[in-house]
Amino acid sequence: MSILTPRRTVLGATGALFSWAFMPRFAHAVGARDPRLVVIILRGALDGLTAVPPIGDPSYKGLREQIAFDFEGSNKALRLDNFFGLHPSMPNFARLYGAKQAAIVHASATAYRDRSHFDGQDVLESGFPKPGHTESGWLNRLLAGLPRGERVTRTAETRALAIGANAPLVIRGPAPVLGWAPPMLKQADPELPQRLADLYAHTDPLLSRVLAEGIQTGKIASGLDMKARGGPGDPNGMEQMATGAARLLAQPEGPRIAALAFDGWDTHAQELPRLSRLLGGLDVAIAAFEKEMGPAWKDTVVVAMTEFGRTAHVNGTQGTDHGTGTVMFLAGGAVRGGRVITNWPGLRPNQLRDGRDLAATTDARAVVKGITVDLLGASPAVLGRDVFPGSETVSPVRGLIV
Amino acid sequence: MTNDLDAALALSRFGLGARDGSLAAIGSDPRGALRQEVTRRALAMPAGPELKSSRELMVDLYEFLKERKLERERKNEKATPQNAAGRPMPRREMMTGGQNTAAVNPGVAKMDNRPQLVFLAEVDARFNGTMREPTIGFPERLAMFWANHFAVAVSKGPGVRVTAGAFEREAIRPHLFGHFEDMLLAVETHPAMLAFLDNAQSIGPDSRAGTRSKRGLNENLAREIMELHTLGVDGGYSQRDVTSLARIITGWSIERGQKGPHGVPLGQPGTFVFNPNAHEPGAQSLLGVSYPDNGVQQGRAALRALAYHPSTAKHIALKVARHFVADSPSPALVARLADTFTRTRGDLSAVYLALIGSDEAWNPELVKMRSPLEYVVALLRASGEKPKPQQIAGTLHALGQPIWNPPGPNGFSDKVDAWASSEGLATRIDVANLIAAATPGSDDPRRFARGILGSLMSPQTDQAMARAANRKQALSLAYLSPEFQRR
Repeated sequence: MSILTPRRTVLGATGALFSWAFMPRFAHAVGARDPRLVVIILRGALDGLTAVPPIGDPSYKGLREQIAFDFEGSNKALRLDNFFGLHPSMPNFARLYGAKQAAIVHASATAYRDRSHFDGQDVLESGFPKPGHTESGWLNRLLAGLPRGERVTRTAETRALAIGANAPLVIRGPAPVLGWAPPMLKQADPELPQRLADLYAHTDPLLSRVLAEGIQTGKIASGLDMKARGGPGDPNGMEQMATGAARLLAQPEGPRIAALAFDGWDTHAQELPRLSRLLGGLDVAIAAFEKEMGPAWKDTVVVAMTEFGRTAHVNGTQGTDHGTGTVMFLAGGAVRGGRVITNWPGLRPNQLRDGRDLAATTDARAVVKGITVDLLGASPAVLGRDVFPGSETVSPVRGLIV
Repeated sequence: MTNDLDAALALSRFGLGARDGSLAAIGSDPRGALRQEVTRRALAMPAGPELKSSRELMVDLYEFLKERKLERERKNEKATPQNAAGRPMPRREMMTGGQNTAAVNPGVAKMDNRPQLVFLAEVDARFNGTMREPTIGFPERLAMFWANHFAVAVSKGPGVRVTAGAFEREAIRPHLFGHFEDMLLAVETHPAMLAFLDNAQSIGPDSRAGTRSKRGLNENLAREIMELHTLGVDGGYSQRDVTSLARIITGWSIERGQKGPHGVPLGQPGTFVFNPNAHEPGAQSLLGVSYPDNGVQQGRAALRALAYHPSTAKHIALKVARHFVADSPSPALVARLADTFTRTRGDLSAVYLALIGSDEAWNPELVKMRSPLEYVVALLRASGEKPKPQQIAGTLHALGQPIWNPPGPNGFSDKVDAWASSEGLATRIDVANLIAAATPGSDDPRRFARGILGSLMSPQTDQAMARAANRKQALSLAYLSPEFQRR
C-alpha cells in the first residue's frame, strides 16, 4: 500500500474522538453473521436514576425530590414498563425499545467501588478489577483473543493503525487499531509524508509508527465529507462522531469494532438540563448508527457504559455526587431488546450502598461477556483470563443477542 | 559541547523553545541562565485592556447575562419558540477554537461574543505577549504546568470562560515562586474554581440556608482538592474525609451582589465571599484531625494541613518530575523533590532548583513529547509568526488540547502516549505546513534549523532538509523532525 496517498481533509475541528480496530470479516462460531460491536464510553459517571428513572419504586420520589420524573405531569418520562421510565430526551431509544432493538441493564457497575472518576474510568476501560492498568483496554485484548476463521484474509495489512489524539483507553493496546477524528486545516504538501517516513525510519520508531498509522487512516477516512461541529461533550459532536464511525463500520472491508468516548456526564449541579442535552446527544448518536449502518444494523450491538453511578439522593444543588450502580444502554438489530434487565436492589435506606448509592447487582463485565460470547464467538475462558483479568467467576449474561 | 547540548535542552525541555539567537544568548552558562530565571522570578504578567480583574469581569458578566435575558424575553414576546423541550440545543460556549459565532444570529451576536472576546484577549496576551518575551521561559512553562494542575474548563459555562485567564493571572502567577500553601488557598478561593467545581452553590445541610431550603451539599470541589490538587488519589483519604471537607468549605462562594443576612452584600460583587448563612455549623474531622467551626478559618486551616501533608509533597514531586523529565521519573528524583518540598514547607522555588540541579533532568535523550501547547508555542517562537488568537485557539483545539478546556478537572495528560498519536501527528503536519508556508525570509533553511535546534539537530534531519523539494518543505521537515517534537 502506497504511503503517498494524501490525506483528504475537511474544514472544522474537534479533538480526536474515537478509534476502532480494523478487523476484516471474520468467521466465528455464530453462523454466518457478520457482526459489529460499538462501545461508547460515557465519561463523568452517568446518573442511571435520571436516565432510566425507577418511577415505580416507592422510595424514588422521596430521594429525588424536585428532579424526580413521573409517568404523568410536568416532569414526564417516556414509559418503558410499569416500573421504569426513560428520559424524555431519548425518543429514538424509546422507539428502538418498542421495536425490541434496545434494552437497558439497570443497577450495574464495574468492579470498581471507590469514587474517583479517573480510577473508575481506568477500571471501566482497562477491564482490570483495580485501577493502575493503563497499558491496554479490554476491547483491544478482546480483539487479540477472538477466533479467526478462514475468512480472515487480510491480516498482513491490518497492522497497527491510527489512534486519535484522545483515543479511549478501552481500545488502546497491542491489537491492530485504526483511528479517525474529524480533522481541520488543509494538508498542503502531499510529498511531505513520504519524506517524513524516511526521516522517522532512521531516527524515531515511535513517530515512524504513528505516521504510518495516520497515513493509512487518512485513506480510509477520506471518503467522509463531514464538517466538524462540536466536541465529544456536545450533541452535534456526538452525532457527527457516530455518523463517521458508522459509515466506516458499514463498509464491507471496514472495521467491525469501534470505541467512542463522550464527555460531560459529571452532573453535580443542575442535572436535569445538562442531562437533557447529553442524553439527547447520545440518542441522536444511536439513531445515526441505525441510519448509517444500513443492512449491517441487524448484526450490530451498541453498548453505552459509564464508570459508575451517582448518589441516590439529590444533592443540595439539584445534582448528584459520585455513587455506584447505574445503567448500561444496549441498542442494535442484534439486541434481544424491549426489556429492562435488572435484579432491582431497591432504594430503601438499608438497600442503598453505604446508605447513599444505588447498589450494583449486575456486573458490567458479565454483560459485556454475554454480548461478546453470543455476538462475536468470544471464548469465556479468554474473557475471564485476558479480557477482564481475574473475572473467571463472573459468568456471561446469556440471551442478550437475537 | 556540553554547554551546546545543555543550552538546547534548557530551551526545549524547560523553556518555551528557541528563537534565532537564543542558543548563543545562553550558550556560555545554560544551567546558570535557567537558574536565574527562577531566582530572579523572571515572570511577565499578561496585560491588555480586556484583561481586567476577575471581580470586574464577573460584574461585567452579570450585567451581560442580565441584558441577554431581557433581550430573550423581548424576543419571546414577538416569536413563538421553535425548539420543543428535550431537543438538544447547540451550546455556544462549547464551540471553542476560532469559530466565528457572529453569523448565527446578528441580533444577539455582539452580546453573545462578550465572554469569548475576553477569552481571546487572554490568549493573545500570552501567545503573542508573555510567551514571546523571555529568553528561555521556564517561569512561563511553570505557569502552564500549574494552570493544568489546578485545571478549570471553560466549557463549564460563561462564568469560567470569562475568568479562566484571570484565574491564572491571580491565583497561579503571583504564587509561582512562593509557597504551595499560598497558591492552593488562592486557587480554592478563586471564583473560577468555585464555579468550575460547583462549590459556590454548596450549602451546609444544617446551616441557616440549608434548613430553610432544599439545597445542600455538593462535594465536587472537596473531592478534587484532595484527589487532584493535594494528596493524590492514593493519598490516604476516605469518602468520609471528602464529605467532611465539603462541609468545611460550605459557604465558600462568589458574591453576586444580592443582599446578605443584614441587608448588605457580604463582599464586593464578583469576589470570593464566605457566607456564614450557608456554612455547615460544628467541628469537622478531616484525616483524623478535628477542625473547630471558626467560620472561613476552618477551611483555611484544613487546606493548610493538606498543603503540608506528606502525600501532597509526593504527589507534587511526581507531577513536576513527570512533566519535565520523564513519564516514569526515577524514584530517587521524585524523593529528592518531595524532600525539598517538605523541608522548605512547600517552597516551590526550592523544588524547581532541586529539579534543574539534578543530573537526571539533563538526560540528553529526548524521552518526552512536546504537548500540543508546547509544540505550538515552540513553532510560533521559532518562526516569529503571530497568528490571531482565534487561529491559535482553533489550532490547539484541533490538536486535542483546547486552551483551558481539558475534558475533566484532572487537566490534560502529561504522558507521551497521550500525544504520540497518528491523528495528532496528522494535524501537526498540517500546522507545520501552514507555519512553514507563512515564515518569511530567504535564509538557508538548514542554517535556520541549526539555529533553533542547535546540537540536537540530527544528521538525518539535516540531510532530509538538504534533499527537500523547496524551502517550505525543508522548513516543514525541521518543524516535524523528532528533535523539534520531542524534548
